[in-house]
Amino acid sequence: MVLLKQLPDLVEELEPSPDGTDIDREFIKFILNEFDDQALEEALVTKESSGAEVIVVALDEPEVDQVLYTALAKGADRAVKLTGVPAGTWVPTHLRAAILAPFVRELAPDLVLTGVQSAEDLDGQLASLLGGYLDLPHAAVVVGLEVKDSIARVVQELGSGRSVEEQITLPAVLGIQAASQAPRYAPISKIRQAMQAGGLEELEAPAPVDSADIAIAQVRIRRLYAPEKSTHAEMLTGDPGEVATRIAEILRSKGLVKA
Amino acid sequence: MPVGGRKQPPVVVEKPEATAVSTISGRSWELPGMWNRMFEPRVLSDYTATGFARIAGLPGGESLEWCYGCGKCVPVCPVDLVGEYGPRKIHRKVQTGMDLFSSDDLWLCTSCANCLRVCPKEVDMTKVMPAVREAAIGDGMVPAELQDVFEKTFRNGNCLGENPRRRNAWTRAAGVPVRVLPTDPGAVDVLFYVEDYWSYHPRGQQAAQCFARILAALDVDFAILGPEEKTLGDSQRVAGEKGLFEALMEDVAATLDKYEFKRIVTPDPHGFNALKKVYPKYGHNYEVSHYTQFLAPLVDKIPFRSEVRHRVTFHDPCYLGRHNGEYDAPRTILDAIPGIELVEMGRCRENGYCCGGGGGGMWLDGFTANHTSERLSERRVREAAETGADVLAVCCPYEVSRFEDAAKSTGNDQLRVMDIVELVDMAMGGTGAV
Amino acid sequence: MGEENVMSDDILVIAEHDGSNVVDVTFEMLSAARELAKDSGGKVLAAMAGGAALAGSLGAFDRVYLIDDPAVSNYSPEAFEKAFTHVVRDVDPGLVLTSTSTMGLDLAGGLSVAWPAPLVSYVVGLGREGDDVVATSQIYGGKLLAEVVVDSPHAICALIAGSFSGQPSPEAGSPDVETVSLEGIGPSRTSALAVHEPDSGGVDITAADILVSVGRGIGSKENLEIIEELAEALGAPLAASRPVTDQGWLSKPHQVGKSGKKVKPRAYLAFGISGAPEHLEGMRDSELIIACNTDPDAPIFDVAHYGTTVDLFDLVPELTECIQA
Ligand SMILES: Cc1cc2nc3c(=O)[nH]c(=O)nc-3n(C[C@H](O)[C@H](O)[C@H](O)COP(=O)(O)OP(=O)(O)OC[C@H]3O[C@@H](n4cnc5c(N)ncnc54)[C@H](O)[C@@H]3O)c2cc1C
Ligand code: SF4
Ligand code: SF4
Repeated sequence: MVLLKQLPDLVEELEPSPDGTDIDREFIKFILNEFDDQALEEALVTKESSGAEVIVVALDEPEVDQVLYTALAKGADRAVKLTGVPAGTWVPTHLRAAILAPFVRELAPDLVLTGVQSAEDLDGQLASLLGGYLDLPHAAVVVGLEVKDSIARVVQELGSGRSVEEQITLPAVLGIQAASQAPRYAPISKIRQAMQAGGLEELEAPAPVDSADIAIAQVRIRRLYAPEKSTHAEMLTGDPGEVATRIAEILRSKGLVKA
Repeated sequence: MPVGGRKQPPVVVEKPEATAVSTISGRSWELPGMWNRMFEPRVLSDYTATGFARIAGLPGGESLEWCYGCGKCVPVCPVDLVGEYGPRKIHRKVQTGMDLFSSDDLWLCTSCANCLRVCPKEVDMTKVMPAVREAAIGDGMVPAELQDVFEKTFRNGNCLGENPRRRNAWTRAAGVPVRVLPTDPGAVDVLFYVEDYWSYHPRGQQAAQCFARILAALDVDFAILGPEEKTLGDSQRVAGEKGLFEALMEDVAATLDKYEFKRIVTPDPHGFNALKKVYPKYGHNYEVSHYTQFLAPLVDKIPFRSEVRHRVTFHDPCYLGRHNGEYDAPRTILDAIPGIELVEMGRCRENGYCCGGGGGGMWLDGFTANHTSERLSERRVREAAETGADVLAVCCPYEVSRFEDAAKSTGNDQLRVMDIVELVDMAMGGTGAV
Repeated sequence: MGEENVMSDDILVIAEHDGSNVVDVTFEMLSAARELAKDSGGKVLAAMAGGAALAGSLGAFDRVYLIDDPAVSNYSPEAFEKAFTHVVRDVDPGLVLTSTSTMGLDLAGGLSVAWPAPLVSYVVGLGREGDDVVATSQIYGGKLLAEVVVDSPHAICALIAGSFSGQPSPEAGSPDVETVSLEGIGPSRTSALAVHEPDSGGVDITAADILVSVGRGIGSKENLEIIEELAEALGAPLAASRPVTDQGWLSKPHQVGKSGKKVKPRAYLAFGISGAPEHLEGMRDSELIIACNTDPDAPIFDVAHYGTTVDLFDLVPELTECIQA
């Protein structure tokens, strides 16, 4: 099962809404979270190697139908849209997990894949939250996956080129960073065929897990604002030695210089 | 002989002897000598037609197997000049077992149509390639660079993945008011269809600004679609994404239906080709011209103020020239600009060399580099430099970025690459004159 | 567990290590926590799983809970989550700080559900207003900042590394270490198999934190040497604009841009690159861009955060020296 999420297209200029606690969602374009696209690809690769059935699931979000049909055109077996969820606002990831948890529990898939993170995950990332609500093992930043019988061999990237390999007894929830191959292309004609054929299942979203309430209610966005951004670089002047020192300082302050 | 191309010598297989078998008596005997080749199964019949069956079965793919190997197409193929290519070679490879669908050769054709011009059998690569590519993409085989562009085009309505709402950002620095139809509706004479590179590429934006100034100077009643404009997607179609092209066309036609205009003028020969030749097949008919065609009859009215003292050579865009037969309009404009001395390159007009950007080549730079000894644009820039010109004039939005880059990489920094409208604008006095 | 709606003043930092060193972000969290605890007088604690030999470098913490158990001798998301949840419940701090590293991403959500406590991720700024924690988070790929108020007796914040200053302080003395055992946390469905160290073989410029990128301004293949030295000093792979790979000065996998790789490192250093649109397409989303180009009008300066017109041949050796110092 692959969980997909729509995100505002970051090529757009995002502006805070008038009350300053969300982005102005009226005119912006939504696209699939890029990591979810990786998750879908990994699921399709797994399907090809082990014959699994791939179900894609998304909440009813702007322009999500097209994303689900694209997944069908790429080879997913079923596409489910969960309706009756909050629309037109930011959906906290805790709430998303709390809505998806009962649904996932009922369908009881062997493996749940989703993107490692999304640009909207202000209150945490889906894989580990969902793992938490379902009490299932989970892993983030997954860059390698092999499923055999009911065991998944998973490679997680740890940063600076290090990675760790582990074995997880399924079911499990994985946050995919990168699929083993680049996401495949679905020709537009195939997507349009899938759209014409229909086949999108619309189901009422289950009631969210109760215990999520607290965590959701207690995180409040007070203000959303754009960081100060210059359209031109800050120029460093002086002799080469001075400039070099400044650059080294900047890199050090970001923790990018070892020792 | 090609300069620098990776040529392979032909492999000739001669069979010294053969055996003939009588179909009546069943007797067999040795046949020495040259003439026995008549009896020996000849090379051609060693091959089955299966390689062509799938290609010929695709609408548009029929003509590849008509090739009778005359070889006229190879010396005019721009890709062959820097590598190993051309319809005859592709035909031969398919005949000898190459699967075109999964071959890199599939993506090298720029759809320049020079082979079609000379082919006695009308083998039409500009139809064969899109058809086979479409099937290959359907099978999941598409170069990553191209996939990226398809996805961007589908998502954002432009091949650069830019924000659709910033489509008219270039107008701010135009120096003349540019009417944007969605915010300022109402009938207009000329709909200026800006297309992607003039909308977003920094060098293209400069050309768009020049063109707006020229239109204003000519008192033309014009407007743009601004954020509602989407690419016409002709190169995406030729690169094999017909479905994407059709999806775009539905949107574009619906947008165009909303507004009242007399004619469309576009700087992009590819978009022009789509509107002129492809849209009508789907029942969408517009009066459309390339900007050079629109300006050429008006040259006497252009208020030139100063001379542009340059030796200029001109590159014919494949999709304006060979595809749509227009060679004179750009030259009429160039001739009208005071001070310009126009010199032609050896390959020009009907035999113009291709810049390499057509048919998806614009988005396959890294892919193509693995198969050619140099870029087509680099080859072309060297030809331009040989004329002694100091300006290479172009009138296709793909070309400024391609040739400028190539001028640098071939060490021809003295050669400036300019769109014709930039030269016109210069002679009119540029922003200073408005 | 605190019942009333008032947050304990103690802050627990989830320390990270890579087997041989405590990772820098741990000290960033330490200084962020110290800053928060300054007024309240709360204690700043650390919890670390495995790496017993490294506990000594955590002397700047008031106390260190060291989980020393075979279950956490190698990284396993499940065992670590259980172990830390165990410690967090036991210690009952007001605030838990972790990072957005792999371990942090694994831990934060599960801990948030299990503890339970609200969670704020992508944190780049942290403060306190009365009983509330106020966190500033970087969302939408850094396009917007969100100021988030957490009104809860417990909270978890996952910090983005590099957003806070903080250095190891070797002179801090030896910490007060409490070793925690993991009895009764139950069997794990996850078992660690192996940790792979970076292979220095093939280049993967898309995975690097920092890239040293070079353009035609370098002039020739021979001149690359000074850039290579800088890259080595920084532990960064080399990247390049297309002319450099075209000439064969570096191989194709190094190319950034439209027809090369799209990269998003934490820092991109561009030397002698003009910033053509085709190049910018591949690197403009980098977190920090520093450009060196003798032409003050080079378009690369429109996307760079810092720029300089100093000649690269003068700058690079100096910079290498500063980095090595
Ligand atoms: C279809 C297409 C695809 C392309 N794809 C890519 C791609 O993927 N990646 C890519 O990079 N390019 C790509 N290009 C090429 C691109 O257009 C530019 O030509 C290229 O990026 C320029 O590289 P550059 O900045 O290194 O060189 P230049 O533009 O020549 O810039 C060199 C710079 O170095 C500076 N300089 C010179 N000496 C010094 C010195 N001593 N100290 C400091 N600065 C100095 C100069 O001021 C100049 O700005 C593509 C082009 C096309 C047409
Ligand atoms: S269309 Fe042009 S590039 Fe393609 S095969 Fe013919 S001559 Fe060559
Ligand atoms: S010109 Fe036409 S017939 Fe002759 S070799 Fe080329 S494709 Fe074949």
